[in-house]
Amino acid sequence: MPEREIRLLEESFKKYYFDRFDLIHIPEKPPMREFGYQKFSSGMIRHLTIKDDKELRLMIMRNVPSDIYCSNGYYSFPNLPMAEKDWQGADLIFDIDAKDLNLPCRPNHIVHKCVDCNKTFHKDSLCPNCGSSKHNSKSFPCSICIDGAKKEVEKLSQILIEDLGVDEKSIHVYFSGNEGFHVYVHDTNFQKLGSRERNELVDYMMFRGAIPETFGMKKSKPNRSSFCSFEEKGWRGRVSKEIFGSKSRRSKIITQIMNDGYQSFARQLEQISTKIGANIDPNVTTDIHRIFRLPGSLNSKSGLAKVFCEDLKQFNPYTDSCFIDDTKTQVIANLPFEFKLKNEKFGPYNEESVSMPRFAALYMICKGLASVV
Amino acid sequence: MINLGQDEMAKYPFLADSGQYLKDKGFSLEQFGTDPDLKIIIDKAYDRIQVAANGQVYKSELINNSVPNPAALPREVFSFLLAVILLKLSGTHTLIRRFALAESRRAEKFLEKDLANISDQRKENLAVKIMQDLFSVQVTRQNDDFVISVSDYVLHSINFHEREWKLINRRIEGGHVFLSPHETVRLIRKELGNYISSKIISTKTPEMFQGFQEPVNKLTLLAKKFATNTVVSTEYPPCIKHGIKVLEQGENLPHSGRFMLATFMLGRQQSVEQIAPLFKNAPDFNEKITMYQLNHLAGESGNGIKYSCPSCTKLKSQNLCFPVPACDGIFNPLQFGRKKTVNA
Repeated sequence: MPEREIRLLEESFKKYYFDRFDLIHIPEKPPMREFGYQKFSSGMIRHLTIKDDKELRLMIMRNVPSDIYCSNGYYSFPNLPMAEKDWQGADLIFDIDAKDLNLPCRPNHIVHKCVDCNKTFHKDSLCPNCGSSKHNSKSFPCSICIDGAKKEVEKLSQILIEDLGVDEKSIHVYFSGNEGFHVYVHDTNFQKLGSRERNELVDYMMFRGAIPETFGMKKSKPNRSSFCSFEEKGWRGRVSKEIFGSKSRRSKIITQIMNDGYQSFARQLEQISTKIGANIDPNVTTDIHRIFRLPGSLNSKSGLAKVFCEDLKQFNPYTDSCFIDDTKTQVIANLPFEFKLKNEKFGPYNEESVSMPRFAALYMICKGLASVV
Repeated sequence: MINLGQDEMAKYPFLADSGQYLKDKGFSLEQFGTDPDLKIIIDKAYDRIQVAANGQVYKSELINNSVPNPAALPREVFSFLLAVILLKLSGTHTLIRRFALAESRRAEKFLEKDLANISDQRKENLAVKIMQDLFSVQVTRQNDDFVISVSDYVLHSINFHEREWKLINRRIEGGHVFLSPHETVRLIRKELGNYISSKIISTKTPEMFQGFQEPVNKLTLLAKKFATNTVVSTEYPPCIKHGIKVLEQGENLPHSGRFMLATFMLGRQQSVEQIAPLFKNAPDFNEKITMYQLNHLAGESGNGIKYSCPSCTKLKSQNLCFPVPACDGIFNPLQFGRKKTVNA
C-alpha cells in the first residue's frame, strides 16, 4: 500500500483507539493469551503477552496496528513458540461469513482487481483489459448478506442452547468488522476439547455425516414407527419439519422414502444439510491455536470495528460498527456500484476525484479501491 | 481406590494389585515357575493369551456373572496375572496389544451387565465408579438410558470411525447424550484396552523361572505369526487427485486444499522443488511465497516443525474428501494404497 494511504489509515486508526479504547474487550485470563498484531507496512507479529488494558493501550499507541489479535487458546507460556506454549484450553468460537453462504446477491457487489494490469472490473471472469485470469476480489457486503449471516447465527445459537445445553447468556456474538460474525461460547465444558473433538461439534452444527438410521430408515426391513416425528427434540425434530413439512404429510412422505430406498434418503439428508445446518467455517472452530481479531479493534479490510452485538436483530453493521469520523477527505475512487455507510449512499465512481467523509474514504482505501489525492 | 469383592476381582483382574494379591493368597512367582502342581495355571495363562491373539474373548469360569466356587476365583485371577508375567518375559508388543484388547472386551461384557443390573444397585454403582475413576466419564441413569455430557462423549467417541458414533447420529438433549448400557461401555473400550496395556507395560519384568521358559518360547513363535508386511502403491488417493486437477485447470484451490497437497507430497518424500510447480497454475501463484510456504511446511524454516498431512476426518470436514472403495479403513491419505499382509 502506498505511503500516503498508510499515513491516512494510521492517523485515523490511532484516533479511534485514543477516543474509543472503551470498546476494546480483552478476553478473560489475559496473561495466558497470545497476542499478535499487524502493521500496515509489515507482516504479522505474534507470540506476544499483554498483561492488562494498560499494556495493550501502550502497544497500540506505540505501533498503531492495522489489525490486533488475541488467541482463543490460553497457555502457561503464551510468548514461547507454539510447541512450547503448553496449551491449557481454548474458547469455543464459531465463524459465520456471508461469503460462504453463496447468496445470489453476491456477484452484484464483488469487484475484481487484475493482478497483472491493476484494472478494476465487475462481473467478468477475465480482465477485460489484458485477459488475465489472475485477480483479487473485494466484496462490499449488502444488507441481504448481513441478514443471511444473522440467520445462520440464530440457527447456531438455537442448536447450542437446545441440544448442547449452553446457557443463552454464555453465547456472545460479535460482528467481525467485515462480512460476518464471530460467536463465542463461554462454557467451561468445551474449553478442554482438542481439535478433533471440536470437529465433531462442527459436524453436528453443520448437520454433516448424518446416516438414515438416525432418522428411522434402516437398510433392510425399514419400520414406519421408527421414523422421526415433529415433537422430538434435536435433529430428529428438525429433520421431520424439513422433510415432512406438515404433520398431515408425514405418513405419505414416509411411504415415499421407503419406496425410494436407503441410498435415496441418504442423499436427501446430505442435500438438506446446507439448509438446516448452521453454515460455519469449520477451520476456525477446530483451530485451537488461532489468533482472533480482538473485540473492539478495527478491521483493516474495511475500517469497521469488531463489535459486540447486544441485540443481533437490530444490529446494523453499517452504522453500529463504523466509528471513523466524517472529516471531508479527497480521494480518487474507482467502484462500479454503490454502497451505503452511516445511512449515506456512495458511488459508483469511475477513476474520479471525489470528496467524501473519512469513514467512507477509509472503507474504500481498505478495499484497495481508492487512493489519497 | 475401588474396593473389589471376590466376583469383581475375577471380572476385573486388571484392577488388582498383582504382587499384593499373590502375597495375600500366600504365593510367590517362584512357586508358579517351579512347582509342577501349579503348571495347570501357567497353561491356563498361556491359553488366555493364545485366545486373545486369535482375536477372541477368553471364556471365563464365571457363571451368571459370579464366581461359581471358591476354587474358581484364584484360577481366574492367577491366569490373568500370570499371562501378564509371560507377556513381559516374552517382550512381544503385538501380543500385549492383542491381549489388552481381548481382556478389555471381556471386562466390557461384565461392565455392561453390571451397569444394566437394576436388581443390584451395588453392581451398578461399581460400574459407574469404574467409569468415573478410571476414565473420567460421569454417567447417570435416566430411566432405561444412561446419559453423559456432550463434551465427555466426544472425548471418547472420537476414537471410533463408524458413522453411528458421530455426535450427529446420537440422541442429544440439553447437553446430554443418551446411550444404552452397551453403548456406554463400548465408549471406553479403547481406554480400557490402553489401561490394561499400560498396566502390563509398567509391570517390572520378573525373573525367569524354569516353568515359564516353554510358554515364553511358544509366545515368541506365536508373535511371529502376526508380523505384517506392507505393500505400497504409487497411485494418489482421490482427494489428492482432485486437488491436482483443480490446480491444473487454473481454478482456485482453498488454503486447506493446498496445505493437504503440499503435506501429502512431503509425506511421500518429495522435495520442495518437486512440489512447487504443482501450484504454478493457481490464480494467485507467486513463486517466492510458494517456496517460502513449502519450506515452512517442510520444517526447513521458521520453528522447524514439519507439518503432517491432515487426517481423512479433517479433510471430510473441509469438503476435500471424495472417497472411493479403496479408501475404506484408512484414516490418512498417506495410508492410501498400502496393503498389509499378515503372515498368519
